[in-house]
Amino acid sequence: MMRTFATLLALSASPLALAGPAMAGAVEKQPLNVAAIGMFMVFVVLTLGITYWASRRTRSASDFYTAGGGITGFQNGLAIAGDYMSAATLLGLSSMVFAKGYDGFIYTVGFFVGWPIITFLMAERLRNLGRFTFADIASYRLDQTKIRTFAAFGSLTVVSFYLIVQMVGAGQLIQLLFGLDYPVAVVVVGVVMMAYVIFGGMIATTWVQIIKAVLLLAGGTTLAFMAMAQFGFSYETLAREAITVHKDGLGMMGPGSMLADPVNVASMSLGLVFGIAGLPHILMRFFTVPNAKEARKSVFYATGFIGFFFLVVCTLGFAAVVIIGKDPQYFVNGELGGKLVGGGNMVAMHLAKAVGGNLFLGFLSAVAFATILAVVAGLALAGASAISHDLYATVIMKGKADEKTELKVSRIAAVAIGVLAIVLGILFEKQNVAFLVGLTFGVAASTNFPILILSMYWKDLTTRGALLGGFSGLISAVTLVILSKAVWVTVLGNETAIFPYEHPALFSMPLAFAVSIVVSLLDRSAAAATERARFDDQFVRAQTGHGAAGAHNH
Amino acid sequence: MTGNATHAIRQHPQFATLVKRRSTLAWTLAALTLGTYYLYMLVVALAPDTLHQALHSGGVLSVGVPVGAAIIVFTWALTGYYVYRANTEFDRLTATILQESQP
Repeated sequence: MMRTFATLLALSASPLALAGPAMAGAVEKQPLNVAAIGMFMVFVVLTLGITYWASRRTRSASDFYTAGGGITGFQNGLAIAGDYMSAATLLGLSSMVFAKGYDGFIYTVGFFVGWPIITFLMAERLRNLGRFTFADIASYRLDQTKIRTFAAFGSLTVVSFYLIVQMVGAGQLIQLLFGLDYPVAVVVVGVVMMAYVIFGGMIATTWVQIIKAVLLLAGGTTLAFMAMAQFGFSYETLAREAITVHKDGLGMMGPGSMLADPVNVASMSLGLVFGIAGLPHILMRFFTVPNAKEARKSVFYATGFIGFFFLVVCTLGFAAVVIIGKDPQYFVNGELGGKLVGGGNMVAMHLAKAVGGNLFLGFLSAVAFATILAVVAGLALAGASAISHDLYATVIMKGKADEKTELKVSRIAAVAIGVLAIVLGILFEKQNVAFLVGLTFGVAASTNFPILILSMYWKDLTTRGALLGGFSGLISAVTLVILSKAVWVTVLGNETAIFPYEHPALFSMPLAFAVSIVVSLLDRSAAAATERARFDDQFVRAQTGHGAAGAHNH
Repeated sequence: MTGNATHAIRQHPQFATLVKRRSTLAWTLAALTLGTYYLYMLVVALAPDTLHQALHSGGVLSVGVPVGAAIIVFTWALTGYYVYRANTEFDRLTATILQESQP
């Protein structure tokens, strides 16, 4: 039980990550699921059609990177929500409520509260200051070459780690849900993702994400509706039955033993949220809207969709306590309360089968796969932008690259990232990649996020401070992940972990901030003085949008 | 962007008002969001039985369920309030400042 719980935790601690790492090792190929494959094919054909349409509208670099800034707040809200509502959210959170009752709900609330904070403190500044990548903001008044190189490196690190997690998760999920071979799944994901990004750029990537978000919201809501119908839509009726089935009895209705250390939970959820605010594929979504007004609206919509979806997912887990918990066909060897067929994260899928039959299970499986596809496309685009816009156009060509060549470079970069993702996905098949989740969020929260937020809010930040702070965040995050259970015990085979937590961000993020601040304050160089003087200009633009890139007109 | 235009905006009498109003609102709402969440976590840690009570006397559904849902809905409503104020009041103020700062 403890082990299942630990893997559940690892999974749900990363709503964007895939169910993959949690399932590592225990996956068995299932019989071919024709309904699921059929519905997935429909999704692929539809989205490739959209990609064709988008390719005819992708003419400039701005179209490619940010859909020309022409996405509305509502559409972008759906796309942001889509980035956050992954297969892991659906599978992981519902499984957690199923297993742990109210404790699972406490976690869910923690995964939500960061979004209002992003709305209040980041959304409009991101839009006003950035153009294509978050490095635009970090390097706004600092040394272009150094900061951009570092930011691009931070982006690419996060993108590569995260791609591996997603690809391995895709392969395993597909074996389980579709009954296809692992390499087939990885190649399909890689090739379709490359098609979206190379031909359709940000326009196609955004629409794929929007369609997926709508399908996921619709699928989840329908499932919750069908499940609750069995209880006359009364949570009280459901609760009465649930406490007779759940192993904790009435105990499942309140905070339980798992939250013996709630401070850790509270800090973890915040570390997680700041990690999200440092993920390049989420940040770039803020540049796809025409202005700050739409950027604000988009986080408002995104927050609403995410909150709604989380409540739906918790309802699914709650209803599954009764519907799945009483049905021996979903347990290994028919032992009620034993291991679930297909692993601990399959609760939502079993529920789909129990209340909606095989066709609905097929639909939900197809949506889960579509989810991975949409996320990897966003990641590949973010990586390609870092290479072509930050490294090629700004650092190597010193801003003198012509747009056609820059576009070509970004497409080549997208191909390279796609091929790399396929190769790494296959290489890491048998590896336990759980540590990569911690690494991704650790680096995002301790490297990208501190530099970004300080450059937006703090006048005295200098290039030296940002670089040293970023590096100390990066090094401490990587070190702590190596010393944590996921690597020190699971991968390296030591007895006990030296670092007792899953997320390094709790410690590495404050360190990055501290080093940035101290070094900046001690920086007396002439360059530092100029950088501080330029803050005024940046401040006016952040506040008023004066000089910000507008929507692109054809 | 020219340094002059920036300077003019910065000197505009309404600019300080805009900055002050926006940051007061944003930081107040952020504090309210985090305050609500941490208060909830404190109750979870120190007084878990509070959340465990039955919602209706004689029922089994606990108070904690609507409380958790209310935190999600409440903090979302705060984002709605921020976006409303920013998209009306602050944007109007910004437009005035930008217009009157034209050389």
